[in-house]
Amino acid sequence: MRISMTVNGRAVSGEVEPRTLLVEFLRNQLGLTGTHVGCDTSQCGCCVVHVDGVSAKSCTMLAVQADGCSVTTIEGLAQGGKLHPLQQAFHEHHGLQCGFCTPGMIMSAADLLQRNPDPTEHEVREWLEGNLCRCTGYHNIVKAILAAAQTMRGMAKAAE
Amino acid sequence: MAEKGIGARVPRKEDLRFITGRGRYTDDINQPGQAYAVFVRSPHAHARIKRIDKAPALALPGVLAVLDGQDVAADGLGNLICGWLVKSKDGSPMKMGKHPLLAQEKVRYVGDRVAVVVAETLAQAKDAAEALVVEYEELPAVVDLAGAHEGPLVHDEIPNNLCYDWELGDKAAVDAAFARAHHVTRTELVNNRLVPNAMEPRAAIGHYDPGQDAFTLYLTSQNPHVHRLVISAFVGIAPEHKLRVVAPDVGGGFGSKIFIYGEECVVLWASKKIGGRPVKWTAERSESFLTDAHGRDHVSRAELALDKDGNFLALRVNTKANLGGYMSTFSSCIPTYLYATLLAGQYKTPAIYCDVQAYYTNTAPVDAYRGAGRPEASFLLETLIDQAAMEMRMDPAEIRRKNFIPKTAFPYQTPVALVYDTGDYEACLDEALRLVDYAGFPARRAQSEKNGKLRGIGISCYIEACGIAPSAVVGSLGAGVGLWESAKVRFTHTGKVQVLTGTHTHGQGHETTFSQLVAEKLGVPYEDVEVIHGDTEKTPVGMGTYGSRSLAVGGEALVRACDKIIAKGKKIAAHLLEASEADIEFRDGKFTVAGTDKSKTIGEIVFAAYVPHNYPAGLEPGMEESAFFDPPNFTFPSGTYVCEVEVDPQTGEVDVVKFVAVDDFGNVINPMIVEGQVHGGLVQGIGQALLEGVRYDAGGQLLTGSYMDYCMPRADDVPSFEVHTVRGTACTSNSMGVKGCGEAGAIGAPAAVINAITNAIGVRVEMPATPERVWRAIQSRPMAKAAE
Amino acid sequence: MYAFNYHRPASLAEAARLLASNPEAKLLAGGQTYIPTLKQRLARPSDVIDIGGLAELKGITEEAGGVTIGAAVRHAEVAGSALVRRLIPALASLAEGIGDPQVRNRGTLGGSIANNDPAADYPAAVVGLGATVRTSKGRAIAGDAFFTGMFETALEPDEIVTAVHFPKPEKAAYAKFPNPASRYAIVGVFLAKTASGIRVAVTGAAPCVFRATALEQALAASWSAASIDSVTIDPSNLNSDIHAQADYRAHLVKVMAKRALAAAG
Repeated sequence: MRISMTVNGRAVSGEVEPRTLLVEFLRNQLGLTGTHVGCDTSQCGCCVVHVDGVSAKSCTMLAVQADGCSVTTIEGLAQGGKLHPLQQAFHEHHGLQCGFCTPGMIMSAADLLQRNPDPTEHEVREWLEGNLCRCTGYHNIVKAILAAAQTMRGMAKAAE
Repeated sequence: MAEKGIGARVPRKEDLRFITGRGRYTDDINQPGQAYAVFVRSPHAHARIKRIDKAPALALPGVLAVLDGQDVAADGLGNLICGWLVKSKDGSPMKMGKHPLLAQEKVRYVGDRVAVVVAETLAQAKDAAEALVVEYEELPAVVDLAGAHEGPLVHDEIPNNLCYDWELGDKAAVDAAFARAHHVTRTELVNNRLVPNAMEPRAAIGHYDPGQDAFTLYLTSQNPHVHRLVISAFVGIAPEHKLRVVAPDVGGGFGSKIFIYGEECVVLWASKKIGGRPVKWTAERSESFLTDAHGRDHVSRAELALDKDGNFLALRVNTKANLGGYMSTFSSCIPTYLYATLLAGQYKTPAIYCDVQAYYTNTAPVDAYRGAGRPEASFLLETLIDQAAMEMRMDPAEIRRKNFIPKTAFPYQTPVALVYDTGDYEACLDEALRLVDYAGFPARRAQSEKNGKLRGIGISCYIEACGIAPSAVVGSLGAGVGLWESAKVRFTHTGKVQVLTGTHTHGQGHETTFSQLVAEKLGVPYEDVEVIHGDTEKTPVGMGTYGSRSLAVGGEALVRACDKIIAKGKKIAAHLLEASEADIEFRDGKFTVAGTDKSKTIGEIVFAAYVPHNYPAGLEPGMEESAFFDPPNFTFPSGTYVCEVEVDPQTGEVDVVKFVAVDDFGNVINPMIVEGQVHGGLVQGIGQALLEGVRYDAGGQLLTGSYMDYCMPRADDVPSFEVHTVRGTACTSNSMGVKGCGEAGAIGAPAAVINAITNAIGVRVEMPATPERVWRAIQSRPMAKAAE
Repeated sequence: MYAFNYHRPASLAEAARLLASNPEAKLLAGGQTYIPTLKQRLARPSDVIDIGGLAELKGITEEAGGVTIGAAVRHAEVAGSALVRRLIPALASLAEGIGDPQVRNRGTLGGSIANNDPAADYPAAVVGLGATVRTSKGRAIAGDAFFTGMFETALEPDEIVTAVHFPKPEKAAYAKFPNPASRYAIVGVFLAKTASGIRVAVTGAAPCVFRATALEQALAASWSAASIDSVTIDPSNLNSDIHAQADYRAHLVKVMAKRALAAAG
């Protein structure tokens, strides 16, 4: 089947089998390998991307389901060569070690912060239910997300 | 301290590629003409392979090859090995069952490799794998230690499934001490089996190039040179000089990617079998659960003899260790030399004896997982001591303090082979008790009680031997390899530095830490240092990253290579500055004639070395130095962890409400990275204590084969931590004074958590202390019984 | 995943036609259960009919004082709906506790109840609130009659859930004890005081959601924790697995019932 969608602001199209997963389309056909696959039961969250503005597990969506949608992956998060505040905060607060869960973590957190710009630590930890990390013990991930939230609130205020 | 030198909290160099999605993990790599491999695995825990019919699979579209154990045998490929020879009490060598790349005659655990299918696409390979016909004759299985000795034989030639029956320590001295003990504390405990669960599943791309008659293997490895060595020297797929092994970005290891597994070897071999097309395999998570080497799985009996004042007189331990269906690369040393040698802990217990029986069972192989042997020792000792304190009505902190090896006693020879170089255990204990507000605990407990919760506090004082190295020592204990490390420091014409290391970073941040080290050592900007690792064709031979050894061993090799650079630089500087070499001092990147302002920067010296127009006679041009380092001893990090829990007596749920970690890692290069290592280790330790545990059913089927049933710690399962690295006692085995930090959290945490639960509810619960287990333990308390 | 044909019908009628015309066809809504099932090759449909985007299955509306929710409404939409929050806050908070954020962004009400996983949350709300399930065949199936057994419902093979009507209860709450690994319910209790009486629906504990009639009777006599304490839950029909034995589940039914009671007020 022929599908078309917008990925990271760019119109793309491709030929896929109905059984092709969105993550397979992104990785194998578009070469966007920042989105990872860490499990086969839709729980680890390494594959989280945004579909039409909300976070989704790209391993639990068929590529054909995203036909006509707008998809953002980790590669599309930085704008104009400037890191997204979450990317910056993960770096500054050592919110990553091996880096494998990181794209999904950041994409998931970005969805949280667009819904809740001022989450508590508890809310951050609950939101990350669908993202597993084996390296960091979550401590610095949570710290980074809270720091990014603060930065983004400051930016929003400055823009007013 | 330079801004980005030793001791600075420098954000990591490696982050940029990961936070922007530009990391390059094995599965991200695709090669022209690549084919895909899928493994056919045993659905049975124990069975004889009666017949394999390849025809239905070969008939399907896209199928390039179907290979099985007979093909492996026909090509004369060697078996997988265990590289550490352990001898039984009677001097006989351990009994190693054959571990072929693909099963021959028998399968020995669910997930055992039976055949591989290679096809044009992954879907085609999966379809063909499903079509392959394998007829089995099912055999009765043995799945746990309780049944191992009398159970059906996993390897027909190994009686009682007993791989070895090993001992350490002075049995007579221990028996004598027990005979005169005032009190003996006894316990039996289980150290639960775990799945490592690096977030990146294992993957490999094997490629045979017929034109070069050479092989390349991309794979998820913590030690590419060891992979090359074993695949070449033992499996025999390619001679070592014709095999390039590349471990690109690797998404976590925790031990599980040290080992040489069959799959990675098979894709390399299969590439040649199909005429030289690259063959790619990426494990699905369910395959990781079935086949990544598991960790822990001990059942132990332990006894501690005490005098009337609570002084430890002797420790006696018997441990049964589960090896799984086959020995893995280092599996023999985990429940022996990495375990029993740590049973002295931080204490001056004069006599210790431990014997260990290691058994085969029809389960996945068991090998090193973060901490490897040391968490098992620490958990046993620290829960036993808490029990002794309870029985003798002593404060758990004070019974420990009383028995600590005093800081004046170092170097200290333990009764179980190790010589601790430095330590100050009381300093960590004091600091931890202060941070947790130990004195304020009764008030906090009372407050919890008002809210209907049972609050408990638990202490764990761990020690570990890491920086796994001294070749002569490990060799004398049975290791088949040396465990030195190597490094190369290469200047370019323009004064930039390439650091090539035989270690491998897969989360530990070596690119940053090593850059800090070299920047400080050579006085060059941190940004001018590039760390290169993970490719046997680029880097000097190294033994890899595990056992918290990369900095203590690999880092020291790097320091020594830098020292050679400086020594050579002095010769050049002396020539250029027309001074005697002995008068040249090197500091902050400058070679200076002592007592003068005559100096040359290291950049000028390097340039002179590469453009040697005015140069010392007889001196080689260029500026590139290598060093190998084999330390005289392990490093011995130690610390005190204190955990506070609240237990909901209604449901048995345990909430970790406070966790303080105080560690002595000696000197620290990058505290931010070190703390991150501790955070991660703590959650793996808390996971072992509360959430994680492998379960097989009686027939050997894995019941915890996915994240639906195996409980990985999530963000909302754990609190934020208070992690403090004390001003440590410098290690004497390397010039930096550093100790390892990668495993501490996983070693120290389980006992702290379990002791806290015991303190809360009055009964010790086996790990993982699930709500149901805790609830049942609460129900079983004499008080609860009386109330009924 | 096995190969299949994919359809994205433009209308409910077309979806129903496609489903009726092919016995091997299956519906896909949010896919949060079905896609993992397909990935593990546990299902082999010839055709997959994607109804997740059908406008006819969307929308949350107030009806007869209660709430009617389209079958393709996602969990996150229910959790975030001001209407649901106002009329049946227990339903919104139940939806907020399903799976994880990404599952809630894709998973649908219709998909959840049509699948009838024994540990799913929504069945407890459908039974606990005495909801009515509406279908493409014009049927209105009472919540009590909809869930017929493990992964089984009263739906005919070619019938599609279109919406669920939840009447507004006087008070209600849901309390869940999650499986620590999967986060599905080991025990979930939905407790409601409704016009037609007290309803207590239990999910996770048994092969299928059920009403705990003994608890209902005790709470009807007295809406109090003591009433719950006075009841004995028979473990003999409850599940036992590696995560919880039946007697523990029986105990948790009462604990969760008390938590729901406290939350309902």
